[in-house]
Amino acid sequence: MLSRVAESLYWMSRYVERAENVARFIDVNTWLQLDLPGNYEEQWLPLVSTTGDESLFAKHYKEALKSNVIRFLIFDTRNPNSVNASIMAARENARIARQYITLEMWEQINRFYLMMQGAARSFEAGYEPSQDFFGDVTSASHLFLGITDATMSHNEGWHFCRLGRMIERADKTSRILDAKYFLLLPSVESVGTPYDDIMWAAVLRSTSALEMYRKRFQEISPMRIVEFLVLDREFPRAVHYCVNAAEESLRAISGTKPGTFRNPAEQQLGRISADLNYTQVRDIIACGLHEFMDDLQVGLNRAGGAIYNTFFALQPIPPVPHYAAGRNE
Amino acid sequence: MPFDIYETDGFYDEMFQPDGTPRPSARVLFQRIAALNDGELRRYQQAAEQALFRMGITFNVYGDEAGTEKIFPFDIIPRIVTAEEWNRIDRGLRQRVHALNLFIGDIYNGQKILKDGVIPSELILSAKSFRKQCVGLKPPAGVWCHITGTDLVRDKDGQYYVLEDNLRCPSGVSYVLQNREIMKRTFPQIFDQANVRPVIDYPSHLLRILHNIAPEGITSPTVALLTPGVYNSAYFEHSFLAKFMGVELVEGCDLVVRDGVVMMRTTKGLERVDVIYRRIDDDFLDRQTFRPDSLLGVPGIMDVYRSGRVALANAPGTGIADDKVIYAYVPKIIKYYLNEEPILPNVPTYVCFEEDQRRHVLDNLDKFVVKAANESGGYGMLVGPHSTRDQREKFKHAIDADPRNYIAQPTLSLSRVPIIVEDHFEGRHVDLRPYVLYGKDIFVLPGGLTRVALKKGSLVVNSSQGGGSKDTWVLASQEQPC
Repeated sequence: MLSRVAESLYWMSRYVERAENVARFIDVNTWLQLDLPGNYEEQWLPLVSTTGDESLFAKHYKEALKSNVIRFLIFDTRNPNSVNASIMAARENARIARQYITLEMWEQINRFYLMMQGAARSFEAGYEPSQDFFGDVTSASHLFLGITDATMSHNEGWHFCRLGRMIERADKTSRILDAKYFLLLPSVESVGTPYDDIMWAAVLRSTSALEMYRKRFQEISPMRIVEFLVLDREFPRAVHYCVNAAEESLRAISGTKPGTFRNPAEQQLGRISADLNYTQVRDIIACGLHEFMDDLQVGLNRAGGAIYNTFFALQPIPPVPHYAAGRNE
Repeated sequence: MPFDIYETDGFYDEMFQPDGTPRPSARVLFQRIAALNDGELRRYQQAAEQALFRMGITFNVYGDEAGTEKIFPFDIIPRIVTAEEWNRIDRGLRQRVHALNLFIGDIYNGQKILKDGVIPSELILSAKSFRKQCVGLKPPAGVWCHITGTDLVRDKDGQYYVLEDNLRCPSGVSYVLQNREIMKRTFPQIFDQANVRPVIDYPSHLLRILHNIAPEGITSPTVALLTPGVYNSAYFEHSFLAKFMGVELVEGCDLVVRDGVVMMRTTKGLERVDVIYRRIDDDFLDRQTFRPDSLLGVPGIMDVYRSGRVALANAPGTGIADDKVIYAYVPKIIKYYLNEEPILPNVPTYVCFEEDQRRHVLDNLDKFVVKAANESGGYGMLVGPHSTRDQREKFKHAIDADPRNYIAQPTLSLSRVPIIVEDHFEGRHVDLRPYVLYGKDIFVLPGGLTRVALKKGSLVVNSSQGGGSKDTWVLASQEQPC
């Protein structure tokens, strides 16, 4: 398929996934505040850290008030990672790939966009987004994913969609874990406040992992949570699951056998996947969770760069010399 | 919503006879609309508009409301063309496109028609759309204009006239299909017993033609539609057609000339492209042959085309046949190549290039519509009866300075159709653009784009100037199955 279209599919999915994750963070944090006692200071800045946009936030806003953070992360188009900007970007990419995706996919992206426009208008008119709104964003993203799976052939283009989605999701899960961990609990051994359970449950909830986690480990424990969200191979938002799925799609695209690589993208992603295969949670804690996550994110960024270079980059091809073209005047 | 207070105001109305009763062809439609409850029709109209938003068939608005998107206005009252009327249009368009194609071939190979003095050579050679780079080109099977969109209008007497030929990259056909789709989605019961001919197979016809012109020896050609890009106002149409033909939608930057063929850049390296339906103008197609500042096209593509290793639709150079001055000679062109009388007449046209005609035009500027030869989209136009003295003065100077570039036509009182205006109907002027495909034979899609001048009294139907559109119903005749 055309490189330009493949790139648009990849980014279309990434942006939808990004929008969903950002909405989740805020949703859960709002709930969290309701569970914490009144003298506990509201924590909104960590959310901005989760998306890695602290300096951009500081440029436009003075205080990390709830309303500012919501505006910045949901509606502000000056923030390219806000839900609004992400959905606009997803739609522009869908427009470029419009002849490739199905009509149903396009209409869902478009509905998503119109919903965001409506929400942005009422926010500007002074209405804070309701709790339902965050659920609507998540549902719109899930609906898009379901429509994609159900209406698009699972061909090369579909694999580019999945590749983008999985890389984005792995990145976001690692970031939320990192941010919560880093800001809430400086060291894993320190038995925290009585609210630890609540906070950690919130981390799980923001990745939709609470129920699945409970089925696996029952008791809330930071080590177990790290294990579940990083190393689980079955939970679809766990980093390991995402990396494996991304690798699988990459191999489907290029037809390379597992355990080998033909291009830098496969090499990068294969390396991360191999690392996760042979890592135990105590290795992560020993190396330091933050350091581990940092390495992981750097690795994912490299993989993204390699995907770009391998499949999307329009390498300049020098034009055919004019005289050689045999012109008949 | 009743038609009681609807007035035809002395114009030819597509739905009503002068005595106010519906035309026989519109009787079923009339009864259906009349039977709707108060407000019901407006709800259908709103549902159609919402569907257009939902489907994302919108364009961007620049300026004051930057960032907002709008839909192209659409009115749900269909415009009806009877089987008899269509029969004549169909024959007339096939005749006209046949002759124009022969004309283009002749202009670039031999110029017999000029040597025989039917058209002054000077007119052709001075036309901006004459491409000397195309002299000697021989497109496959001698077909130059694979896709044509011809603008027809109806005057007071109900007679159809050809207003304009579009043989370069005529647009709008996606709206023909989309308008029908919207009608079926939001107002399905209106089709009951209406006997409307389908338009949905247009992409199949187009694809067949594109396959047929593939370079020799290529049995399953790779077809691509070349678009100027996502910000082009017709991008929706480009993606729509590519999608429904299942062909690649490419931009110039996706294509490159390598080893004497055109290749596209894919995730698996370069792949050959055999047929290109190009939706960019000649000028921008190849900066090595045409405009050197073009960033849209594919450098070197014309050499590949000349060598027969890629096919282009339409062929480069077809613009010579839709120059507005050449238009005035089309009846002669038909007579010259086919030895037939035109089935569809031209609007009487004065060519300012001819001195006596120019004088007549200048003396009667307030009565004529004056058009610049190389403008489209309703630009470069003076509508005499609606013009100010200043505007007329400006055009007088422009004509004196460059008489070759201007034609004048009497102001027609275009036919009207009812549209929904708030809680009642009002008549608005319309034109009709049918689409003609030229492959092994000539096919006219039984339908077309009905463009509506939404402003009361306005004669300008272009979407860039406040025009909207309607679904166009070509009715099947009794004998003719749908």
